[in-house]
Amino acid sequence: MKIPEFINKNSIMTGVAASPGIVIGQAYLVDRSKVEIFYQYLIDESFIKEEVERFKRAVQEAQSQCEEIKNDMPANLGEHTYILDTHLLILKDSMIYQATIDLIKHEKINAEWALKKAVDRAREMFEQIKDEYIRSRIKDVEYVSERIMRNLVGQVPENLAEIKDRVIIVAHDLSPADTTQIRLDMVMGFIINMGGKTSHTTIIAQALEIPAVVGLESCTRRIKTGDLIVVDGNAGHVVINPDEKTLRFYRGRQQSYESYQAEIVRCAYLPAETLDGHRLVVKANIEMFEEVAAVADHGGDGIGLYRTEFHYLSRRQLPSEEELFRDYRDVAQIIAPQPLTIRTVDLGGDRFASTLDWADEMNPALGLRAIRFSLKEKSIFKDQLRAILRSSTYGNVKVMFPMISGLGELLEAKEVLEEVRQTLSREEIEYNPNMEVGIMIEVPSAVVLADVLAGEVDFFSIGTNDLIQYSLAIDRVNERVAHMYEPLHPAVLRMVKTVVEAGHAAGITVSMCGEMAGDPICAPILLALGLDELSMPNTAVPRIKRLIRMTSMNECQEYLDTILKCRTVNEVNRFVEEVIIKRFAIHPDVVARGIRE
Amino acid sequence: MSVKPGEFEASKELTINNRLGLHARAAARLVETAEQFNAEIYLEKDGQTVDAKSVISLLTLECPPGSEVLIRARGQDSQSALEAITELIENDFGE
Repeated sequence: MKIPEFINKNSIMTGVAASPGIVIGQAYLVDRSKVEIFYQYLIDESFIKEEVERFKRAVQEAQSQCEEIKNDMPANLGEHTYILDTHLLILKDSMIYQATIDLIKHEKINAEWALKKAVDRAREMFEQIKDEYIRSRIKDVEYVSERIMRNLVGQVPENLAEIKDRVIIVAHDLSPADTTQIRLDMVMGFIINMGGKTSHTTIIAQALEIPAVVGLESCTRRIKTGDLIVVDGNAGHVVINPDEKTLRFYRGRQQSYESYQAEIVRCAYLPAETLDGHRLVVKANIEMFEEVAAVADHGGDGIGLYRTEFHYLSRRQLPSEEELFRDYRDVAQIIAPQPLTIRTVDLGGDRFASTLDWADEMNPALGLRAIRFSLKEKSIFKDQLRAILRSSTYGNVKVMFPMISGLGELLEAKEVLEEVRQTLSREEIEYNPNMEVGIMIEVPSAVVLADVLAGEVDFFSIGTNDLIQYSLAIDRVNERVAHMYEPLHPAVLRMVKTVVEAGHAAGITVSMCGEMAGDPICAPILLALGLDELSMPNTAVPRIKRLIRMTSMNECQEYLDTILKCRTVNEVNRFVEEVIIKRFAIHPDVVARGIRE
Repeated sequence: MSVKPGEFEASKELTINNRLGLHARAAARLVETAEQFNAEIYLEKDGQTVDAKSVISLLTLECPPGSEVLIRARGQDSQSALEAITELIENDFGE
């Protein structure tokens, strides 16, 4: 949705729309200014004993502060309390506690300086660690020692648990430790300098459905505690101390978005069945284990796309087969009896595991990525296939190869799969021999060859993000052409039609898992095109299901007939705006996200 | 830390098999278990030995899933300490 001109007279910031929704409220600035510490040499032996006692008292205080935070924590955050338990252990950990006491005694220095030295030593040790996750745990050590330090210098520690009013949290960055402390029922929104779509705050905000804008760079400098703030998590805007007219505008938007949202979520559990009894399977796309639980909450009929790059990108080492197997097994078990489609890694291009030090590519999107990468790095591919096959006995697991461009590539991938199957059989390791094998259709050549490819697989899934990019020759990250990225381009619609027809002629399921699948504007068209399944982000599931329930196949067929006669994308878009958006009462905020997301 | 092998009353080799390895939560569980005993307890991996009662040390030992570690204990209740830790690790830290 376009922002009206009058809003631009306000102080407005734009960041990444991390979690949808609109809120208006008071800002609470989380200030992390460092504690000043001084160096002091203790001459008299009696000072040393006193200094050790002072340090022990500061730790004792920190301990009761942590206990208090833990006891005050809302029950629904049970999973996160372990972070506080860890903090309690770190408080008395010999590497900090005993080390500081020893330093006071041996070097005859004051407690603050000794503590700083102990933490510096721990930091040095952590810096040697290869695993990124464990290396980042130094944050917990720093957090705990900062608390002790504040007690030592008599500075009142900032206690996020003390927030008693409903506020919008404004911070440079929030650690998992911070978020466990905040009474989340008091948080209306988050705005954060750092972060992106996958940062910790984003995940928490999405899980709790709290609006959030991240990646704002300087919000902590521009906003003070008590400022009135508008957070538009749909568009990624933050307005600081808005004028009356702007405030009225956003209040209206907030209200209409909330009632729309409430309405669709209420019926999320109902099947996506049209008025004339045509059933569409609506599944969820996920990227991380943490999202699995939300699939059922949003009424998803299973997982249509499990992106598996996370394990390869979030760390230095390649994941082991065992680690992958456990992850896939867990996801499969939770979602069972609903199906789980695991896509083999789409690495390469601009997404590399940091261990693989490869040359930059001129055109990453056209380079050695996805299945091409897997077929080149066969041992990585085999490890993943073993893990997928082993997990296949724990639920309804399917495997899907990304970016297949022709039959040769598909046969080669299937050959590797067969090899892995035989090895597992020899090792007497169980797997489901009938596990379904599918491919993503996202390269124009695969569309043209769809009838040939259909004979070799159990299902197709159309990946529209890449298919649109490749068929319209548009680099989505190039701002100069990004506006030409059009899901409803007549060429794209014809390609989808070709794929569905080829798939159905061969008797296989045809699904779609790109962003287009979750766009409410496209839903009636995709239904009429004959897609069997759509897979989309969790949050999009309820609104797509609602839309399918309020229409009939006949009605959608009529829309499609009109649309297929359109010769330009503008004609299609005009029809969609005049007819479909009105007919289905699609919320303007959702439309904005749908078209330009 | 250097400890002579002969000094130990109890030792056992185990494999860390839980989902994330000896990460923060698992390390915390291990410390909680170790602290119930008076015995000195050490974890050894690839020639590095650390105190099992220190979360920080355990983390810096870096044990991803599949790591093989040697547990060593010394002191009056070393045998029962070793049994408790074995049970914890073999049950994947209760995950």
